[in-house]
Amino acid sequence: MRRVHVQGVGRLPPAVRNVPSYATGPAWDEPQWSVAGPDGPELLTPAALDEAEMVQAVTAAALADAGLSRDDVGFICSGSNDYHQGRPFSFVMALDGVGCWPPKRESHVEMDGAFALYEAWVRLQHGDVDVALVYAYGRSSLGPTDEVLSLQLDPYFLAPLGPPPIALAGLQAQALVDAGLATEADFAAVVARAWRAAADDLYTSVSAELVEDRMLLHPAVASPLRAHDQASFADGAAAVVLVAEGAGPAIEGIAHCIDPMDFGTRDLTTSRSARLAHAAAGGGIPEVAELHLRFSPEALILRDALGLEEALVDPTGGTLPSDVPMVSGLTRVIAATEHVRGGAGRALAHCTAGPCLQQNLVTLLVAP
Amino acid sequence: MSDSDHTHETAPVTRFKAPTRLDYTVTAAAVTADFLRHILEQRLVGRRCPVCAKVYLPPRGVCPTCAVRCHEQVEAGHAGTIDTFSVVRIPFEGQVLEPPYVCARILIDGTDAPLLHIVGEIAPEEVTLGMRVEAVWDDRPLPTLARVRYFRPEGGTP
Amino acid sequence: MIPTAVIGIGQTRHAAKRPDVSMPGLVREAALRALEDAGLTFADIDAVVLGKAPDMFEGVVQPELFLAEALGAVGKPMFRVHTAGSVGGSTAVVAAHHVSSGVHKRVLTVAYEKQSESNAMWALSQPFPFLPPVSAGAGGYFAPVIRAYIDRAKAPDHIGWQVAVKDRQHGALNPCAHLQLPDITLEQVKASPLLWDPIRYLETCPSSDGAVAMVLSSDASTCRNPAWVLGTSVRSEPLLFAGRDEVNPRAGQLCGADCYAEAGVTPDQLDCAELYVPFSWYEPMWLENLGLFESGWRAVDAGHTKLGGRLPINPSGGVMCSNPIGASGMLRFAEAARQVRGTADAHQVDGARLAMGHAYGGGSQFFAAWIVGSTRP
Ligand SMILES: [Zn+2]
Repeated sequence: MRRVHVQGVGRLPPAVRNVPSYATGPAWDEPQWSVAGPDGPELLTPAALDEAEMVQAVTAAALADAGLSRDDVGFICSGSNDYHQGRPFSFVMALDGVGCWPPKRESHVEMDGAFALYEAWVRLQHGDVDVALVYAYGRSSLGPTDEVLSLQLDPYFLAPLGPPPIALAGLQAQALVDAGLATEADFAAVVARAWRAAADDLYTSVSAELVEDRMLLHPAVASPLRAHDQASFADGAAAVVLVAEGAGPAIEGIAHCIDPMDFGTRDLTTSRSARLAHAAAGGGIPEVAELHLRFSPEALILRDALGLEEALVDPTGGTLPSDVPMVSGLTRVIAATEHVRGGAGRALAHCTAGPCLQQNLVTLLVAP
Repeated sequence: MSDSDHTHETAPVTRFKAPTRLDYTVTAAAVTADFLRHILEQRLVGRRCPVCAKVYLPPRGVCPTCAVRCHEQVEAGHAGTIDTFSVVRIPFEGQVLEPPYVCARILIDGTDAPLLHIVGEIAPEEVTLGMRVEAVWDDRPLPTLARVRYFRPEGGTP
Repeated sequence: MIPTAVIGIGQTRHAAKRPDVSMPGLVREAALRALEDAGLTFADIDAVVLGKAPDMFEGVVQPELFLAEALGAVGKPMFRVHTAGSVGGSTAVVAAHHVSSGVHKRVLTVAYEKQSESNAMWALSQPFPFLPPVSAGAGGYFAPVIRAYIDRAKAPDHIGWQVAVKDRQHGALNPCAHLQLPDITLEQVKASPLLWDPIRYLETCPSSDGAVAMVLSSDASTCRNPAWVLGTSVRSEPLLFAGRDEVNPRAGQLCGADCYAEAGVTPDQLDCAELYVPFSWYEPMWLENLGLFESGWRAVDAGHTKLGGRLPINPSGGVMCSNPIGASGMLRFAEAARQVRGTADAHQVDGARLAMGHAYGGGSQFFAAWIVGSTRP
């Protein structure tokens, strides 16, 4: 295997839109997105930019961070989803942002950008290119994200019933409670810690506070889960430059795995696919991990499945305060990259898709 | 609901309808908002790429070949040349216009890439490549490209 | 790069409606046939790479998730590609790279579309805010480009009719083909209604349900007649930009050139090709774009692209006979592999040893191709 390095990263701070109504403190500031203006950088509100402009901002930033130009890029791969954007072929106009001219070797996945990164890593192993540019964008604020996610379900048996994601996550949470593996207070603790950490993170503009002992006073939405147990959706974009035999944090391993969708055929208290993906990526214990969480109980399941007892988990606050569908997985890789750049010896980045942690991707980054 | 008849209880269900409705709120980004504001004033204003100097109408926030943001606004003409076209004669679900109608790629004067629009006031079989056409504005203040109702042969029907 | 071979191919019977199978049933039909052809079972597969066109075609978001069990992917990697109409081809390339890179030994790749469970024309033509309501499906998009080709190449009208007839005659030899029109005539094509002038009804592809699957492996020891992947490419360019030549797109030219270079062959060495031709006029256009003939329409007119001709194009009947959109590209890749394996039955090109599979998508801007051969590289 060729050793592949994360040489450059770029991202727009997630524009969060639905914090729990009972969060206290200044709710959150709408982030300003820094983009190239006529006379140097200018700050714009997220709604002022279209998808191509979002992609332009993050890919230009990632290339600058890598010290490379568009001409150096041998392969481009992106991740996005039409249903979140509300139009078919939404990736076509977003391609304008990366300037795919002269024609480039290019591909797209209808998955999180972390999977686009996986395809780029495979392409670098194929060996005909040395530099790959990966990006992802998501503007879930345009549409009903929960309803879109419900359309992932089996169209014959489950989707017509329209269970919202929190109802399915509730099944998983209840399984944990029934097995004596967690309590509602444990879930609340995960959430409160995530929001506290996010308030200190450079890239997360949320500064709302959730007070643990008061959180449990609020009614369950899908017992045993409350509104705060679900991640807050956000808009955003991210880009990564991968280089074979280059500099920067190295990908020690990357792998993904899927479970059956059917909730009746798997043990919801664990995630077999996360465990298998972790093992296939090389296994072992990282110093720090950045998880893609959509619901708080997933933190407890992944802590066990990924062997994170000793690890520092989600020091950035992770995705509970700001989950950007189709982008969160790639921003986990960026967060892990920054941990390694900051001195961590080994960092894990996680991405998930499908209901109840059905599909999981694990990237292990190490110091070069 | 099942399409199968409930009185035939032994017949298997082979099909059912599961209609889905999702509502989206599409926001016009700043570049498009500028364009729409101009179009309300019956002006066609594009943007020029600072690198390749090409003018796009509708304006593009990012030049598709140079990957840089475009800021300079450029007033375009109200007439142009038919680059190529087709005559849509097929009816389909959700169609807004009644067939047959001419759908053309029109290179508006002062711009460098064709705009997709309708050609009217002329029989479809009379339309030719390279034909000069001009905008016919809709009286209603529509903040969309439909503010131009269609393009017609320049100086009236030949 | 590790030499990679196609060791199993399976496809469904393609039809306007396949009410006899669900979506999982459809993809499984193709996958099980590919596995049987390879003499393998799901247990032998390391990863599954799935391709299909927009999710809105069937109304299922990220359908790879619910199809994991049907495709035997549980406990394995399951990957989903989407590059518009070229997706079937891009998916095959991504799957091939999963093997050539050494990441996996045996990969199952599948592509499908079940158009009868939704309405593709609707999904392709939704009026979008701020724009005039001019979308009219794929035909509405490509008809002006075809007109520009006819004008530029000074091609006579009957070229489009000839391709429409030729592909249906080829398709009549392929029992999996959706349209079976063995007795179609030029006069019938000429007399069929104009849908998107200059495109006539019989010059368009059908709308199909269907799936195709291939097993790709670095180990061909158990296969009597593997198709070796000699060259691959995926190339893209933006949808709309100043000076763009959409009749002869640069991304398509480069895609072909990449394949010839990687395979170390010249276009005249090919024995046949399966090109993505959803409207008959795209055959002469792609012949020129890929450097297969200097004048595409003259090659068609001379009968060079018929079975028995100098370079048979779409011996399977191509997209003009079967169009399960997401699978259409991979069908081209799989049919090219069948030719060099000598397993194309009644539409076999005698002695084919080198073949190209090709797909395109979006506004003629996403291209995928591979060249397969009967000899190990
Ligand atoms: Zn430019």
